[in-house]
Amino acid sequence: MSIFEYNGSALVAMVGKNCFAIASDRRLGVNLQTVATDFQRIFKIHDKLYIGLSGLATDAQTMYQRLVFRHKLYQLREERDMKPQTFASLVSALLYEKRFGPYFCQPVIAGLGDDDVPFICTMDCLGAKELAKDFVVSGTASESLYGACESMYKPNMESEELFETISQALLSSVDRDCLSGWGGHVLLVTPTEVQERTLKGRMD
Amino acid sequence: MECVFGLVGDGFALVAADTSAVHSILVHKSNEDKVMILDSHKLLGASGEAGDRVQFTEYIQKNVHLYEFRNGIPLTTAATANFTRGELALALRKNPYSVNILLAGYDKNIGPSLYYIDYIATLHKVDKGAFGYGSYFSLSMMDRHYKSGMSLEEAIDLVDKCIIEIRSRLVVAPPNFVIKIVDKDGAREYAWRESIKDAGVSAA
Repeated sequence: MSIFEYNGSALVAMVGKNCFAIASDRRLGVNLQTVATDFQRIFKIHDKLYIGLSGLATDAQTMYQRLVFRHKLYQLREERDMKPQTFASLVSALLYEKRFGPYFCQPVIAGLGDDDVPFICTMDCLGAKELAKDFVVSGTASESLYGACESMYKPNMESEELFETISQALLSSVDRDCLSGWGGHVLLVTPTEVQERTLKGRMD
Repeated sequence: MECVFGLVGDGFALVAADTSAVHSILVHKSNEDKVMILDSHKLLGASGEAGDRVQFTEYIQKNVHLYEFRNGIPLTTAATANFTRGELALALRKNPYSVNILLAGYDKNIGPSLYYIDYIATLHKVDKGAFGYGSYFSLSMMDRHYKSGMSLEEAIDLVDKCIIEIRSRLVVAPPNFVIKIVDKDGAREYAWRESIKDAGVSAA
């Protein structure tokens, strides 16, 4: 099994009408053994910017700590929050710094930019950015997620419908992947509020 | 075949570990204490390569004491867990420690807590955790019988069930175990479960 499949993960982010949703599974495993069913993979950078980190859990935790550090420094110097595009470039730079000994994680970044225009992107473990207008996926269930999102996604969905779509896409994809699952965690972010919900799926 | 497992009960946390020191086919001793008392209200159960285990846990213990000497107040369990994870993560890409850790502690305003820290520095707060081949048996027993807020009697009963399971089902099962608990009155040894006593050294 590859190092990216050691802990198991599934992440997806989708764009809606003036909102975005980011969702992850909740399993933490060690190869085929499940260690915890409440593991958090999506982290808040600021009110309108979230990053999900799939792949090796230890590197995801280290990356998160480094990114929070860099963002706090940025906030002190610039006296404002980072834009999602800027943050994505920061993540990309941090990952490429370790080009010949990389962090084994694949981030999914989702945020509301200027004028609350939703922004999502993903990158590989070396920092190659992949911008998308509709959805991005990452993790051991990524292939299933691509299929599910491609068939279920519609542009300009309102927040309730977006929540339904992303939840169904996540749950149906992780059900086909033994390394991810044990429920889901969905964050729906609009310009005025953030809704955080836990999904109950097949607990296996 | 080292087994370490732990759980959180009502106002206490406990860690149990096997007590064999093994090299290849030889059992050096059967009363090796692998659950270190970090400070008045913290326990560190460790499993892994013998040298790394002792060196790393003593390093953590001394640093925890140093913090208390310097600052006059002890570290919280969460802070200790994050410090331990940080040290493992720093060493991971230079000179990794092969030590798996279960850190149990009691904080006055928070209560008992248990942290699972992998050898590759994956950190997660859990209610029950286990490492080693014994984890296949102890995690399953705990999944079946554990409920949150167990009394000490119920928890020790569950630990004994796990030990019986390990002894009967693991091919090279360790014969002896030590159980340590931590609660508001501090960290202390609770009991040994011995099926083989070390023969004393006879006088020359």
